[in-house]
Amino acid sequence: MVDSKQQWKAWLYLAPAIVLLLIFTVWPIINTVRMSLLENYKSLEAVRGATFQFGFGNFQKVLEYKRFVQCLKTTTLLCVLTVPISTILALLIAVALNSIKFLQKGLQTIFFLPYVTNSIAIGMVFAAMFNIVGLRNGLNGETIADTWGIINNVIMFFGAEPINWINYGSSYAANIAVMTVYIVWNALPFKILILLGGLQSINKQYYEAARVDGTPRRRVFSKITVPLLSPMLAYVVITGFIGGFKEYTSIVGVFGDTMGPAGDKGRLNTMVGFIYDALESNNQGRASAGALILFGIILVVTLINGYVSKKKVHY
Amino acid sequence: MANRIMQEHDMRIVSARQRIIKGGVKFFTYAFLIFIAIVVLFPFYWMVISSLKTIEEYRLNIPTFFPKKIMFSNYLRAFTTANLGRLFVNTMIVGVASTLLSLVITVLSAFAFARLEFKGRDMMFALLLATMMIPGELFTITNYATVTQLGWMNTYKVLIIPFLVSVFYIYLLRQNFLQIPNELYLAAKVDGTSDIKYLWRVMVPLSLPTLISITILKMMGAWNSYIWPRLVANDEAHRLITNGLRNAFTQASGDVDYPLQMAAVAIVSIPLFLVFIFLRKYIMAGVSRSGIKG
Repeated sequence: MVDSKQQWKAWLYLAPAIVLLLIFTVWPIINTVRMSLLENYKSLEAVRGATFQFGFGNFQKVLEYKRFVQCLKTTTLLCVLTVPISTILALLIAVALNSIKFLQKGLQTIFFLPYVTNSIAIGMVFAAMFNIVGLRNGLNGETIADTWGIINNVIMFFGAEPINWINYGSSYAANIAVMTVYIVWNALPFKILILLGGLQSINKQYYEAARVDGTPRRRVFSKITVPLLSPMLAYVVITGFIGGFKEYTSIVGVFGDTMGPAGDKGRLNTMVGFIYDALESNNQGRASAGALILFGIILVVTLINGYVSKKKVHY
Repeated sequence: MANRIMQEHDMRIVSARQRIIKGGVKFFTYAFLIFIAIVVLFPFYWMVISSLKTIEEYRLNIPTFFPKKIMFSNYLRAFTTANLGRLFVNTMIVGVASTLLSLVITVLSAFAFARLEFKGRDMMFALLLATMMIPGELFTITNYATVTQLGWMNTYKVLIIPFLVSVFYIYLLRQNFLQIPNELYLAAKVDGTSDIKYLWRVMVPLSLPTLISITILKMMGAWNSYIWPRLVANDEAHRLITNGLRNAFTQASGDVDYPLQMAAVAIVSIPLFLVFIFLRKYIMAGVSRSGIKG
């Protein structure tokens, strides 16, 4: 019953969405591809009437650029560290939560809290927890500080040496460790929510059958829980990787706009940070090439995940 | 006979052992969960107690776990130092305006996709869904140029209009609309009810939970947005709360007045917690279907 009245009515209702999408979604897609393929494209110069040659120079330059390689390394490292850690931890928490009755709702609410936070604001809290105030060398060459920060206080309580986590002179590994802790803390709520939802929808009969057969716990976990949960696991892993490759604001939260500890600006810059830097220095061609490379990586990760899921996921 | 007694004895031992194992597992489950809960809550606790300390106490070599002198005045000072009142007003203007407009656009679009028949409907919907895979940064580069050309820099418009259409919200609401039987719509048509009236009287009330989820996520989005506002509206009159927060407390010497900073962080975090406490159900329902933060 496609009548003409419904036709024009539909387009009328869709009009606001379509107009906005054309300007702010469709045109950017076309324009980004265009700018990335024009050598050294700068929109300021384009406005003045400059013309640019067609070519793949932007991509080549981005990939040869040392800072970009560093951004790619940091982003990938954070992904590879945080996604497995947060997924396994979330799985353990969800299974534990699912097995208890008393306090279940209350604990579930607590575990969800990090989700409803401002990642810049709480990043600043993490920075305060890891921060050392007044770090300097003492008279005999030993390092002293006014305040070691609560994390170092805990470390020293157990008799170990304090670590310079985020201050001037801190190591890359220490910086990454701090970011890993923060990102995992931030990523847990969503994963727990999804996995717990999945666990609660598993048919109880499987567990009954396993109990009758006297199957040990570990086997129940690996042969029933994990396979039946695999669609949700695949989902949290993929959203984790996509989010991980777009990491940016959590680092701003801890380290500020400089994206690194004092004395080493931009050390922890990420792919997204690289794109914004290129944009802010008015280098739209390079920014576009960076954005398309990021899109390519996300696409590849999604496809690999889809392929693995097809083989391993039980629906 | 003796054999049977032995067997019963064995079984009793086995069941006692099982009970011990069960108790042990339960104990470790709770110990594990409570440990994680402490780790999750600790940053919030540290934020609150740090915000109530004097700077001298904060800088003590051995930290105190409860402030000796409670400095509520830190909150007042943080509020004025970071100009949080102005930032709050700006953020509310952007949040409310973009939520309302976004809801209207989403309802109309979802209605068209769910109820009306027109040429190319399914293909267009599929294309819309495909754009969800593209990272937002890809749009930002061109949008930055577009809003500059439109002369929208440092206005509220630039913070509201580019993000009004969310394909994900349209998708979410369409799924919800599809569950409402079409007979209702046809009956309303026979009665001569207009589409808008039908939408307002039937569809909107029936999909209220989804609309509330969208509202909360959109408001939280405005509250937490950082990158785009920093690019296009970083003047005093339009700056949003997250942008104001990050750099307000670093002094020229590079030192940070942590108690004040933590007070400001707490002020920014509290509204989010209040929303969460009262509307938990809707947030969790929206989040579990989205996987998108804010």
